[in-house]
Amino acid sequence: MIRYYLEFEKPIEELELKIEELKRISDGKDINLSGEVKKLEKKVKELRSEIFSTLTPWQKILVARHPDRPYTLDYINMITTDFIELHGDRRFADDHSIVGGFARIKDMPVMILGQQKGRGTRERISRNFGQLHPEGYRKALRLMKLAEKFKKPVITFIDTPGAYPGIGAEERGQAEAIAVNLMEMSRLKTPIISIVIGEGGSGGALGLSVADRLYMLEHAVYSVISPEGCAAILWKRNGDIGTEDFSRAAYALKLTAQDLLRFKIIDDIIPEPLGGAHRAPEVTAEKLTEYIVKAIEELSAKTPAKLVEERYKRFRKIGNFEEEG
Amino acid sequence: MGGLITRHSLLVTVVKMPWFKKTKELKTDRKGKIPEGLWVKCDSCKEIVYRKEIEKNLKVCPKCNYHFRISARDRLKLLVDEGSFTELDENLVSGDPLHFKDTISYKERLKENQQKSGLKEAVISGDALIKGHPVSLVIMDFSFMGGSMGSVVGEKVSKAAERSIEENQPLIIVASSGGARMQEGIFSLMQMAKVSAAIGRLKENGILYISILCDPTFGGVTASFAMLGDIIIAEPKSLIGFAGPRVIEQTIKQPLPEGFQRADFLLEHGLIDMVVDRKNLEDMLAKLLDLLR
Ligand SMILES: [Zn+2]
Repeated sequence: MIRYYLEFEKPIEELELKIEELKRISDGKDINLSGEVKKLEKKVKELRSEIFSTLTPWQKILVARHPDRPYTLDYINMITTDFIELHGDRRFADDHSIVGGFARIKDMPVMILGQQKGRGTRERISRNFGQLHPEGYRKALRLMKLAEKFKKPVITFIDTPGAYPGIGAEERGQAEAIAVNLMEMSRLKTPIISIVIGEGGSGGALGLSVADRLYMLEHAVYSVISPEGCAAILWKRNGDIGTEDFSRAAYALKLTAQDLLRFKIIDDIIPEPLGGAHRAPEVTAEKLTEYIVKAIEELSAKTPAKLVEERYKRFRKIGNFEEEG
Repeated sequence: MGGLITRHSLLVTVVKMPWFKKTKELKTDRKGKIPEGLWVKCDSCKEIVYRKEIEKNLKVCPKCNYHFRISARDRLKLLVDEGSFTELDENLVSGDPLHFKDTISYKERLKENQQKSGLKEAVISGDALIKGHPVSLVIMDFSFMGGSMGSVVGEKVSKAAERSIEENQPLIIVASSGGARMQEGIFSLMQMAKVSAAIGRLKENGILYISILCDPTFGGVTASFAMLGDIIIAEPKSLIGFAGPRVIEQTIKQPLPEGFQRADFLLEHGLIDMVVDRKNLEDMLAKLLDLLR
């Protein structure tokens, strides 16, 4: 199996290649290298644990954007049964960068939707790299309204670099589409649970995450602007900015799950398996299910009026300011 | 609230209020956006225009009708009955939750902008009369950190919307902003949800909200309260959109069409109700307020 290693995972890659080499040498031969292999495997685990417990914000962004990281549909396939995908905004198009439909989680009927990135060049393009057009937000709202009508909880997965910046998107009201979602989600009379599974890119992510419960996977990020965008605005000197500037911006923006929990913007962090969600997707999916089921149970006990009231207060109190005398 | 009784009695006498005459000339000072000197080059048509002429014309280019950016205080003069504005929440100042530092710290940047603009934040808000009609009014000022929305802007807009519900009076917001305030990170992003929820409540209560878009209105401000007006008005030639034109150009790698993201472009695409000249804005608002009372 060909694995994709990030720059800072190179020491891990070297060890794992060595292990494979040893296994190949000993395969079908008399020499027994299993002791050596075991020693190396232990070392890899220690190394990985060390690297992943001290990831910098920029490294977390790379993990959140890892090409092998599970995407919305991967999780839907792992955690739901009877998924029936629904399409289109009934106005203009079916935006393929967002998928959604009714399904069951542990037998409970839910509406589940999220931004979908693609794997491989062709799918990446057809999914538009997880960047929604206005019709994507309108499709999402249509599905959420359906959920409200049939009194099903809404689960949204967030994984987008941001809403798409293009001519058509502006012509068809990208800003209006997001604004309406923010307003309508704030009043939706059914529970909403949102989970940032990868990249939470600005307004494009917020347009699906005005929720009663907001969780983030351990290595997910959520930010008002990408570190690249931030660095370009702040430190663009004759156009040459690079990893060092992105890294600095990522740190300054405080965009990790750990930062957002400290700020009380999110409710909890969902732990990932060692090395990131893609190392053991099923384990991640199981954890997701656990959090979702618990949240649904808590939220279903509340009346719609109480839900909406609490959701309003939840966002109303966010802000950092003081009153000068 | 002590003002409640007075305001209600005003409601009754709305139509009989005298219409105050205003000095319809805006002095350009060091805070104004129009460059120094006797002559000014118009940003839009590039013509050289006599400064006095622009000032007499409410800071509108006499050659091409481009509406220069004006300060929140100047805007106030143009829109409300003289002496009717009571500023509220004027003492709110931003914290620095991220301890953000670019070339200077966010705290220093705030101070710098406060001195430069004479404002504490990118928005002023309060109660006012527009040709006798009581309204909650919010006016953004682009000269304060590009009119960006951080915690204070989000709080003032939310409070204004809530006050509109309490006092049963329409909300009017004049937007001019580059978008969310990067220096407040996730806190500024979340203001979009906060203000949109507040506008949602306003609508549920059947209260009129008029949104006025000025040059420029972008990003997190367009994608929240600015596009949620029951009625949306733009000033001529204002640049309005979600993503900035440069970002779009870099993404699609082709030049943008003529007039892209200008007020008329939005009108053509059904995104706003009307484009209204600065000199007619107060009359238009008064008409709407009167009709939808
Ligand atoms: Zn001109």
